[in-house]
Amino acid sequence: MLRSVIDWLEQRTGIESAIKHFLYEDIPASSGWHQVFGSVAMFCFLIQAVTGILLSLNYAPTPGDAHASLRFILTELTGGRLIRGLHHWGASMMIVVVVLHMIQVFLWGAYKKPREATWMMGVVLLLITLGFGLTGYLLPWDNRAYWGTVVTTQITAKAPVAGPYLLHLMGSDNGQIGVQTFARFYAAHVLLLPPVTLILIAIHVFLVRKHGVAPAPVETAPAVKFYPGQVFKDTVAVFIMFTILFLMALLVRVPLGKIADPTDTTYIPRPEWYFLFLFQILKFFEGPLEIVGSMVLPGIAVGLLFLTPFIDRGAAEKLRQRTLAIGIVLLAAVGWAGLTAAAVRSTPNREAWQNFIPEEMAAVGSFRQAQCWQCHGSTPGDNKAGPNLADIAVREDRDWLVGHFRQQGGKSGLRDLQWRQLANLMRKLDDESVGSLGTAPHDAVAGAQVFMKYNCGVCHSVNGTVARNGPPLNGVAARRDRAWMEGHFLDPQKFAPGTAMPAYKFTPAEMSGMLAYMGTLKD
Amino acid sequence: MPELQNEQELRRGFLVGAIFGLMGAITAALGLPAAGYLLLPGKARRKEVWIEAADLTNLPMNQPEQIIFNRERRDGWKFVTEKAAALVIRTGDQQVVAFSPVCTHLGCAVSWSTNEKHFVCPCHTSAFSTDGKVLGGPAPRPLDRFDVKIAEGKVLLGEVRESKES
Repeated sequence: MLRSVIDWLEQRTGIESAIKHFLYEDIPASSGWHQVFGSVAMFCFLIQAVTGILLSLNYAPTPGDAHASLRFILTELTGGRLIRGLHHWGASMMIVVVVLHMIQVFLWGAYKKPREATWMMGVVLLLITLGFGLTGYLLPWDNRAYWGTVVTTQITAKAPVAGPYLLHLMGSDNGQIGVQTFARFYAAHVLLLPPVTLILIAIHVFLVRKHGVAPAPVETAPAVKFYPGQVFKDTVAVFIMFTILFLMALLVRVPLGKIADPTDTTYIPRPEWYFLFLFQILKFFEGPLEIVGSMVLPGIAVGLLFLTPFIDRGAAEKLRQRTLAIGIVLLAAVGWAGLTAAAVRSTPNREAWQNFIPEEMAAVGSFRQAQCWQCHGSTPGDNKAGPNLADIAVREDRDWLVGHFRQQGGKSGLRDLQWRQLANLMRKLDDESVGSLGTAPHDAVAGAQVFMKYNCGVCHSVNGTVARNGPPLNGVAARRDRAWMEGHFLDPQKFAPGTAMPAYKFTPAEMSGMLAYMGTLKD
Repeated sequence: MPELQNEQELRRGFLVGAIFGLMGAITAALGLPAAGYLLLPGKARRKEVWIEAADLTNLPMNQPEQIIFNRERRDGWKFVTEKAAALVIRTGDQQVVAFSPVCTHLGCAVSWSTNEKHFVCPCHTSAFSTDGKVLGGPAPRPLDRFDVKIAEGKVLLGEVRESKES
């Protein structure tokens, strides 16, 4: 039965012989595990395509809605987090695999005549992969996405002559990024790049078939078939890659941060990990030299990569004899790792709760006093009787929330004002800040409550709140030591003659909380 | 050498089996979450909402009134406020029935006919009595009803409950 169906198809379309032709290709007997990366890279692309399409079915590609719809995918839909995780980590995995593929070809010298075009096509595919990463980075429309893309567009804008035109091409006219930039990045990511990638992959694979898999310098054994020997190795490699990816998607949560806020000056943008080394290089070139780091060096690197087959034209050698190639790869790896490590080290560590305004920080205290944590977890997997706040987005309106708090936490002695502030905080929580309900230090939280109790916020601004003419308190601990602050609270005139600040007779507990809180306020 | 040949066949069988097995596992690991994502309903976090629709004293006895009110509806990742209608009949001192004005046949808007003293659907002439029962036409079941609550002289409407087949 099956046989007759296949025969029918074969006679009408020739599909069986086409597949056989593809699978039973002769490959050199020296082929093996080192040649699996091309197949794995192609499979990565397939996963990105599948998960990307799934995400697009519930995604609204406009700023604002983009964030809300992704939040919906993550907090409401079955398997939403897993699919987004696969797509996010799949992008990183794809970069890793593509680079491994390139390193293998480079080490073995498989780009040599007649395979120069195959190699160059591969370099273009590498650049396209990076283009996917760059354009996809904006699409969640959280602060990370927004500020990361601001930096990208600003770097492009500095290109000599072409800068303003490129900026215009990216839909960013006055250095701002908005709906147009978003539309263009989205269109590039889902409409332009995928078909281009498919075509280039097809050409790349066609060229591999045309010239055959690169043989060893001396082949001693007769050729073997691609299937099943090499296909088995490729499949095992794909399986290992997929297992790692799946576990990452399951276990390492990709946070969706606060919705993009162009006025948020406290946000410190960092690019995705695979661009960190470029980011670090930029630091070495200041002022007019900046384009050396942002354009000239990367340009030279890509140019060299592209022209590799014409620079190294010697006859094929065994891997062991290619010491120069091995040296270059090692040097590049060490340089990349060093730059990336330096960039990671220089990233200031700012906890999410350090971005809270005093009202929100104090509300964390209300959350704890009312023992909300008895029913609600605030970290992934910490499931209790009530919904885990790390897994949901609180969408209930404020009145409902206040009613819920009064009913459930009525014995805590908190007042309506505090319930309302807690409700505000609940509605603002995101993947990055929700953990603060458990992790914000107790003394600093107590300090924020003292801050609210004495209305310090009327005169003093914290994290951008609007206040009268008292000095902003961010970074106060760097300007004044503890003893000074303690004395100043008790007797301001003694420490700052003529100040308008009244004296505050804090209890010892209030004082230690306040001092701890002041210490956490970063510039 | 039949033994060697046999060994080669075994090896080939193992390789082919492994290829299909591993690919099958990957397909399942991708396909099952994808199916869940597409086919299963998301987290339903519905809370009871009662909407104040009318004053009890303004409703005449046994006389259907169409009442328009605003309600908040969840549309994917959005909350939309939209107008909704109910056909409300006061059937007793503290008793009110509220029908959804949506024909149970194909969803056209049902209205009260003062001449014929029953609800009519303009599309395929289905007719419903004041207790929602089908009087004629192709409608398969009575009109759906809102949950109704009366508190402090106000008529509160809740969820629409699907009626049973008549």
